[in-house]
Amino acid sequence: MARIGVFVCHCGINIAGVVDVEKVVQEIAKYPDVVHAEHYKYMCSDPGQNLIVNAIKEKRLDGVVVAACSPNMHETTFRNACERAGLNRYRCEMANIREQSSWVHADEPEKATEKAIQLLQVSVEKVKLNAELKEAAVPVTRRCLVIGGGIAGIQAALDVADAGYEVILVEKSPSIGGHMAQLSETFPTLDCSQCILTPKMVAVARHPNIRLMTYAEVVDVKGFVGNFKVKIHQKARYVTSDCNICGKCEEVCPVIAPNEFDRNLSPRKAIYLPFPQAVPARYTIDTNHCLGLNPLVCGKCKEVCEPKAVDYDMQDEDVEVDVGAIIVATGYELFPKDKIGEYGYGVYPDVIDGLEFERLLSASGPTGGEIIRPSDGKVPKVVAFIQCTASRDPDSYMPYCSKICCMYTAKHAMLYKHHVHDGKAFVFYIDIRAGGKDYEEFVKRTMEEERITYIRGKVSKVFRRGDKMVVWGSDTLSGEFVELEADLVVLASAIVPLPDTKKVANLLKIPVDENSFLKEAHPKLRPVETLVQGVYICGAAHGPKDIPETVAQASGAASKAVGILSGKELYHEPTTAEVNIDACSGCRICVDLCPFGAISFNENTHTVEVNEILCEGCGTCVAACPTGALKLRNMTDKQIFNMIRAALSGGD
Amino acid sequence: MQINEGEIEKRDIFIKQVEELSGQNLFGCYQCGRCSAGCPMVSRMDAIPSMVMRLVQLGDEKVLDKNTYWVCASCYTCDVRCPKGIDIAKVMEALRQIKLRKNLNYVDIKKIDGIEELPQIALISNFRKYTG
Repeated sequence: MARIGVFVCHCGINIAGVVDVEKVVQEIAKYPDVVHAEHYKYMCSDPGQNLIVNAIKEKRLDGVVVAACSPNMHETTFRNACERAGLNRYRCEMANIREQSSWVHADEPEKATEKAIQLLQVSVEKVKLNAELKEAAVPVTRRCLVIGGGIAGIQAALDVADAGYEVILVEKSPSIGGHMAQLSETFPTLDCSQCILTPKMVAVARHPNIRLMTYAEVVDVKGFVGNFKVKIHQKARYVTSDCNICGKCEEVCPVIAPNEFDRNLSPRKAIYLPFPQAVPARYTIDTNHCLGLNPLVCGKCKEVCEPKAVDYDMQDEDVEVDVGAIIVATGYELFPKDKIGEYGYGVYPDVIDGLEFERLLSASGPTGGEIIRPSDGKVPKVVAFIQCTASRDPDSYMPYCSKICCMYTAKHAMLYKHHVHDGKAFVFYIDIRAGGKDYEEFVKRTMEEERITYIRGKVSKVFRRGDKMVVWGSDTLSGEFVELEADLVVLASAIVPLPDTKKVANLLKIPVDENSFLKEAHPKLRPVETLVQGVYICGAAHGPKDIPETVAQASGAASKAVGILSGKELYHEPTTAEVNIDACSGCRICVDLCPFGAISFNENTHTVEVNEILCEGCGTCVAACPTGALKLRNMTDKQIFNMIRAALSGGD
Repeated sequence: MQINEGEIEKRDIFIKQVEELSGQNLFGCYQCGRCSAGCPMVSRMDAIPSMVMRLVQLGDEKVLDKNTYWVCASCYTCDVRCPKGIDIAKVMEALRQIKLRKNLNYVDIKKIDGIEELPQIALISNFRKYTG
């Protein structure tokens, strides 16, 4: 005979306003094995919890059911209360009579009351057969992997490293810095982007806790929270750390290639440093353009290198590392111009995107900060800025708002006027979204002080007429069609995740949303966590965001990672699947079905094994097992049948 | 509306003229429409005050064809309510000035019926306002 106590919560009027809690208590008190039943206004309050604690002690209860809200809300609260009274926390269950009864049956209070009683009976049946379980513990590898070396990854790496833990920062390109290194000045303060970024890049390079791996990619991830095994592919850069960036190799290199850092607006050599402040300060040979790493063919760079840093025999290598937590900060790219037909499919040299304009504005850019148009090198006197290019366009492109374009377009127009005083800038927009500290004021400054003409309407077509770019738009405020003859057109193109983001997400088994941005565990309350424990996200890989928001999110992700790394052991819910190896036939159906990769096949015993830390207790394997060898703790077949019987016995 | 370098120059001159006469920064208007929303004469206007603001912002001289700035009673309600502190009534006055300074005749003395019946003061002010 079990001794079950039932506690019915009013939840103010949320439950008691519909369900007759008095009647529920009277009825459930008659149910077999229920030795105590009471109701209270707010069970989750301190006095409410004390009712549970006292009843467990006084009535020697060996099981508790709380009829209240969803277990997502307060299961932990009530289980903790039971534990305080000396009852095993897994001998406590909740019956959800709010979301599943009072809220959805507000029009039928009598039936809602009846349903509440039934739901309680079901939970009583479950708790009767609940085993006393203990949480599983695993040790933690106190090291963090950060994927992506833009401002998000840099900030996250620095924060984790400053907290005293080892960090491995992996960046795909030869230098860290990301897109922020390409920017000219940042809104709304007009700080020089490189000036505020490079100290952080240097801090990464010098930090004793950070191991920086540039020109490298994560290729495989195994394991689970606290115990990931990661394989990193380090590409050969053919220049050793002896490089002193004297630049002689670059002078003699005969091969010219497009400079990605300058968005292909300038050339670079096959042996190159992406930009002067690159971290690590080390040249890289781009094998796609190099004549062949063969001294017989060229070898000029090797000849002139005084510190003998050029090494043609360097090989790609795979490095395996153990980490306890992973932060993903893979960043963004702009929507490709060549996919936007109405703005010229990228064929007009004088239609450029926002990042290209940043390079033109930048003092270290291809023009040394002079605004000239790519086609003929003339200073553009009339510039059209087109906002919402490929954004907010669910029919043809991206449905979402790219968030930062209103601000950077205002900045572009302002900086253009600072460079070309007699120039005229027109901004075509649908709405101005300047929600941020000092953002609205910045846009207003652009309009009022720089006297930029804002035209409310999306541009439908851009084409060439002579040496002018003609922009067809409209001004919906005056109700007029607008035909503007501009010298240069700047597209504020949509922010899209890098294609690599999806690859990384697949490796880590973390979900992405319908636009391929990384998906957070909860949009409001768990914004830096993912559904995979120990994997955190930050920066524009998660969605368009500006620098302050990215930095804040990166620090948030870092603090979450530190939370994992700072514990000696990790605990995991014990309500997982377990295998009866005598019954397991080794068919391995469950191995492929498990969404968490928690089941593996043991070649020696020819049976499967469940990793208790990875298993989230979803029950997919249990339902699929043809021999019934798998069972879910505290959700056994017997419990389920008893619960069904209880559910069906109450009603008519 | 065709906008090219020559047109921009022309429009800039008009914008500057309105700004100098009114003392207002036309680029301050963000088209919230509150001036129109509170204007007691708005029902008599063929373009609401915020539309006039938009047209002058664009340097569009077609704004002079509207009756708005003549209907405007200079009650200053718009000025009081404008969140950006723009004195719209002064912009209206600027438009009246620009129109009048074109020195065009809007009334023909020979075509006024019953001229001897009209009060002399009204007649004189009419000539001052509507003739070049």
